[in-house]
Amino acid sequence: MVSSSTIKTLVESKASNLPERIKEELLDKLLTYNEKYKLKKAEIEAIIDEVVSEYEKALIEPGEAVGTVTAQSIGEPSTQMTLNTFHYAGVAEINVTLGLPRIIEIVDARKNPSTPIMTVYLDEEHRYDPEKAREVARRIEGTTLESLARSMTLDILNMEFVVDVDPERLEKSGLTMEKIQAKLERSFKSAEIEVDGNTLIIRMKKAKGVSTLRRLADKVKKHRLKGLSGVGKTIIRKEGDEYVIYTEGSNFKQVLKVPGVDPTRTRTNNIHEIAEVLGIEAARNAIIEEITRTMQEQGLEVDVRHIMLVADMMTLDGVVRPIGRHGVVGTKASVLARAAFEITVQHLLQAAERGEVDPLNGVVENVLIGQPVPVGTGIVRLAMKLPIKKSIEE
Amino acid sequence: MHSMKKVIGSIEFGILSPQEIRKMSAAEITVPDTYSEDGYPIDGGLMDRRLGVIDPNLRCETCGANYKECPGHFGHIELARPVIHVGFAKTIYRILESTCRECGRIRLTDEEIEEYMTKFNVNEARKSEIDALVTEVYKKARERMVCPHCGAPQYQIKFERPTIYWEIRRDEEGNEYRHRMMPSEIRDRLEKIPDKDLPLLGLDPEKSRPEWMVLTVLPVPPVTVRPSITLESGIRAEDDLTHKLVDIIRINARLKQNIEAGAPQLIIEDLWDLLQYHVTTYFDNETSGIPPAKHKSGRPLKTLAQRLKGKEGRFRKNLSGKRVNFSARTVISPDPMISINEVGVPLVVAMELTVPEKVTEFNIEKLRKMILNGPEKYPGANYVIDPQGRRIRLMESNKENIANMLDIGWTVERHLLDGDIVLFNRQPSLHRMSIMAHRVRVMPYKTFRLNLAVCPPYNADFDGDEMNLHVPQTEEAQAEARILMEVQNHILSPRYGGPIIGGIQDHISGGYLLTREGSYFTKYEVEQMLMFAGVDVKELPKPDKVENGIEYWSGKTIFSLLLPKDLTIWYRNKLCDDPSQCEPIEKLIEEKLVPSEEEIRKVATDGFVYIHNGKLLSGAIDKKAYGREDGKILDIIVREYGVERARQFLDQVTKLAIWVITHKGFTTGIDDEDLPDEAKARIREIIMEAEKKVQRLIEAYKNGELEPLPGKTLEETLESKIMAVLSEARDNAGKVAEKYLGMNNHTVIMAKTGARGKILNITQMAAMLGQQSIRGKRLYRGYRNRVLSHFKPGDLGARAKGFIVNSYKSGLSPQEYFFHAMGGREGLVDTAVRTAQSGYMQRRLINALQDLKVDYDGTVRDPTGIIVQFRYGEDGVDPMKSWGGKTVDVDRVIMRTLIKIREKG
Repeated sequence: MVSSSTIKTLVESKASNLPERIKEELLDKLLTYNEKYKLKKAEIEAIIDEVVSEYEKALIEPGEAVGTVTAQSIGEPSTQMTLNTFHYAGVAEINVTLGLPRIIEIVDARKNPSTPIMTVYLDEEHRYDPEKAREVARRIEGTTLESLARSMTLDILNMEFVVDVDPERLEKSGLTMEKIQAKLERSFKSAEIEVDGNTLIIRMKKAKGVSTLRRLADKVKKHRLKGLSGVGKTIIRKEGDEYVIYTEGSNFKQVLKVPGVDPTRTRTNNIHEIAEVLGIEAARNAIIEEITRTMQEQGLEVDVRHIMLVADMMTLDGVVRPIGRHGVVGTKASVLARAAFEITVQHLLQAAERGEVDPLNGVVENVLIGQPVPVGTGIVRLAMKLPIKKSIEE
Repeated sequence: MHSMKKVIGSIEFGILSPQEIRKMSAAEITVPDTYSEDGYPIDGGLMDRRLGVIDPNLRCETCGANYKECPGHFGHIELARPVIHVGFAKTIYRILESTCRECGRIRLTDEEIEEYMTKFNVNEARKSEIDALVTEVYKKARERMVCPHCGAPQYQIKFERPTIYWEIRRDEEGNEYRHRMMPSEIRDRLEKIPDKDLPLLGLDPEKSRPEWMVLTVLPVPPVTVRPSITLESGIRAEDDLTHKLVDIIRINARLKQNIEAGAPQLIIEDLWDLLQYHVTTYFDNETSGIPPAKHKSGRPLKTLAQRLKGKEGRFRKNLSGKRVNFSARTVISPDPMISINEVGVPLVVAMELTVPEKVTEFNIEKLRKMILNGPEKYPGANYVIDPQGRRIRLMESNKENIANMLDIGWTVERHLLDGDIVLFNRQPSLHRMSIMAHRVRVMPYKTFRLNLAVCPPYNADFDGDEMNLHVPQTEEAQAEARILMEVQNHILSPRYGGPIIGGIQDHISGGYLLTREGSYFTKYEVEQMLMFAGVDVKELPKPDKVENGIEYWSGKTIFSLLLPKDLTIWYRNKLCDDPSQCEPIEKLIEEKLVPSEEEIRKVATDGFVYIHNGKLLSGAIDKKAYGREDGKILDIIVREYGVERARQFLDQVTKLAIWVITHKGFTTGIDDEDLPDEAKARIREIIMEAEKKVQRLIEAYKNGELEPLPGKTLEETLESKIMAVLSEARDNAGKVAEKYLGMNNHTVIMAKTGARGKILNITQMAAMLGQQSIRGKRLYRGYRNRVLSHFKPGDLGARAKGFIVNSYKSGLSPQEYFFHAMGGREGLVDTAVRTAQSGYMQRRLINALQDLKVDYDGTVRDPTGIIVQFRYGEDGVDPMKSWGGKTVDVDRVIMRTLIKIREKG
């Protein structure tokens, strides 16, 4: 049995070139195994040596075409993915894009993902009480007249738009008919709003055609009465011992300011919002996390290192760039590389105009002109005096 | 032969100036015709002999070489009037808008010019920054309506696609009128722009003067670029480019005539526009705004831009992908007897493909013999290359002569021999394991043969698949193939750090039959199977039991013979469905570290594999042993004993499994899905219950008693509840079926060991198919409010919406059959759409990332030297060599070392 401090010093001295994470894991494990098996000092030393040598054996070799391997490792399994939009694991009520479309969406760096979702965690005060959680949710949830209505009719005869509000939903939303009326009146100056019990009647101040009324009705229906813009319905779920709010739609900047929200854990699946609010490093992590999750959900194993490389490449310039002609490929330094990808002619013409020089240090360029590529075994530069025979004779 | 190879260091782009065009021109082309009546090229015509020749009987008049050696030479056409180059039309517009119409200076103040100049210099190599700066300058200069240098007022310019420019001028009274700017006027203006202002416009004064964007001389590409082809009927068909050039010359001549004759301005302008049209379509026949030029047959012409563009264009078709010699393609078929790193090559292929072998004093006799065999007799040779570099084809007539002349320093292109290294590939080449190096095994018949274990990386099967084979021609290439590309180097996938090559199907069932509890073999059988598997043992181990005087060996003992002698590993396998069975043995091992064999034997179970010092003491072999993706034993062997040992293990273990499975017999048939009557009754009950539940749900829905789930409508709630009930019903039915089908049922063995299929497939065959779905919903499309006319409209019941109560064995009713086809169709459509989408995504990923590499300092950099990652993957570990993604499997290393040390002392 060796004392823990001895183990610590041993690890520190012998395994100094291991990455921190592994060093910690090794120390941890050694301590637990020490409890269990009463290790001897020689044994510990042997173990540390083994771990270091395993690590050094696993190191990547210089020249390795990691980019290509990454592209293949993400591209190849994507042929096995489903195209379907499935339900979110855990929250059956919210639809979320998954599988191949989601991966494409991420590498395209779309400004507006097709199914934005926020996972809102609550602060200490609100997280254990379903009532309080609901209160926060109400602040976030975007409520429209449409979502409150039991029925909506466009009365062409009287030129009215009649909305029958569901009292139950009204109560849940924390709104009252009066509040709705006030809100709508403020926003729609051209309309006259009348409240009769749970019925809302909207008329045009100046009677115009039916089509104008219909347009107004559409606007009124979709008008946000409450909550954050861009956010639709919310779902409260219990996770472990706390309540978490899931939202359809995303407004990350605003939600962090909502009282009751824990801004340190709350997240969204909209990468651009993350880049804007939390910065590019957070966006990089978000890309990694989103791709990893999508892959995992499909039961496909992809090493994080590949995903990291994609994320790093996308966020390299401080903004989220798509993988494609408007992003990473389009801004490559080499004319030939760009021309070989898409929009060939324009790239060549522009290169002529600018008087660009292609230094031919990428892969495609060298393939095009039929020279060895500068990755893998191609990075080796060797100067050799020829012919060799002569020097032997000398 | 040993001259230093020339390397292209860089490629410069620029616009040709008229002087340059004239300088590189070998001839001025003036005649709008190609060949004279007697079939010879017309002088001054488009097929002028000074531009190179394509006719084997003629010689180029510029360089004197024949059609094979002459690279071709440019000619030129002197245009009567200048025309705009379409490709630069937009740039010309931009330049006109940002420069002064009087003095030609850029419309920026001196301070601005200085400021932007420094900005340009700072961002020299960054394309996106330069792009942004150019547009910024443009926007600023365009707004200035008075020149800051000479004070001349500026007019607005309108650009009409593709090549017309208008200046909105004002007369004395202030009335606006449009003035058409002809190319000559534009050219004059562009000429006035001083060199020092050009960088701000995104131009290079040396390589691209703006006036060169307006053509006065048109280069004519060499004949070799646009060869005419002779059809079978003897009629010559000219290339599309030649056609276009004929048009240009013709109109150009007419324009010149008219100008000289002093024709009215209107006619000249019309002809000028026509010339512009022809030159425009000569460059790009898909220019928007003008009709494409057409061939006589009505097919649009393929002009310069079309030649380069798109998937079939020069860049992607001919430059990014190249056709090669020394390759073969044929159908593949399986051969379990060859090693995983071998490929069976048909004799006819082996006699066609050759490897150049240098003659040395060590191989001269061998090669001489091969030359004497000639091209017709295997193993022979097809060509020899003499020290002067001449390639001589071997024929029956000259082979003896050449064999006598053969000496050191010659090269012989000999037939493929066993052991040669070749590359083997199956498309689509989605990952690097799609091209691997194999060793040749020349075989009879006409298909490529490959070991079954390498099917997964190629994603190959034998329903007619074809594969390609390439023979590396240089020693360097062969060495690289041998060291980096051979199959055993790719057992571990770089995608997830686990085996992608491993035993499949029968290899796994066979392994299970061999190693499960109670599997014993006689001496004869043991000898047979070891011989078959190619295991070299000097002495058989002690028999595990003796019954009636006959010695028996357990399958585990035999399996152990294949393992490395100091391998220790334990894990729960797929057969361990009851954790309580495996816990005692797991605990025992963890407590004692080195338990004795007797102790283990007491708690041994099929569900827990324990290998100690190369002896399989507990557990049966299944997919987790050496299957792909989760083959633990294989994984450990690759990492700890090297790839060569892993290859040997895989070769032996698969053959052993095959021997066992062929000799024990393993088959599946319809009676494997037979269920006893009580089971069938139980399943019927489950179905009835489920249907009743569904009915109750529908009733509740109709009576408005159904509580909607949060965030869902009533209908959605009903649907999801029904789906839940029905999927539970199928699961229950499956469980019943599973209960009655035991481990002596072959389908169950396959499913449980992971050899082929899932329990779900057995359920569907024996019990019932369950709910069919499209897009995760029950079937709903077809007739109005019903899927098929056999049901009432609005019927929400289970059977009306795609619930199949029959099994494949019991047979589907017609309606069920149709439902099943509906569900099946979705899968097919899905696959078709997906391949296209994921293919494009992968192309983009490859294009974006392919230049990244790890540098000698451990950083990941792009070709310009920009650091993408300071340490690859944050820990610098190769994902292929990582332990399933982890940097180091600390647990495994600790246990391994500990056991090794404790055993010794």
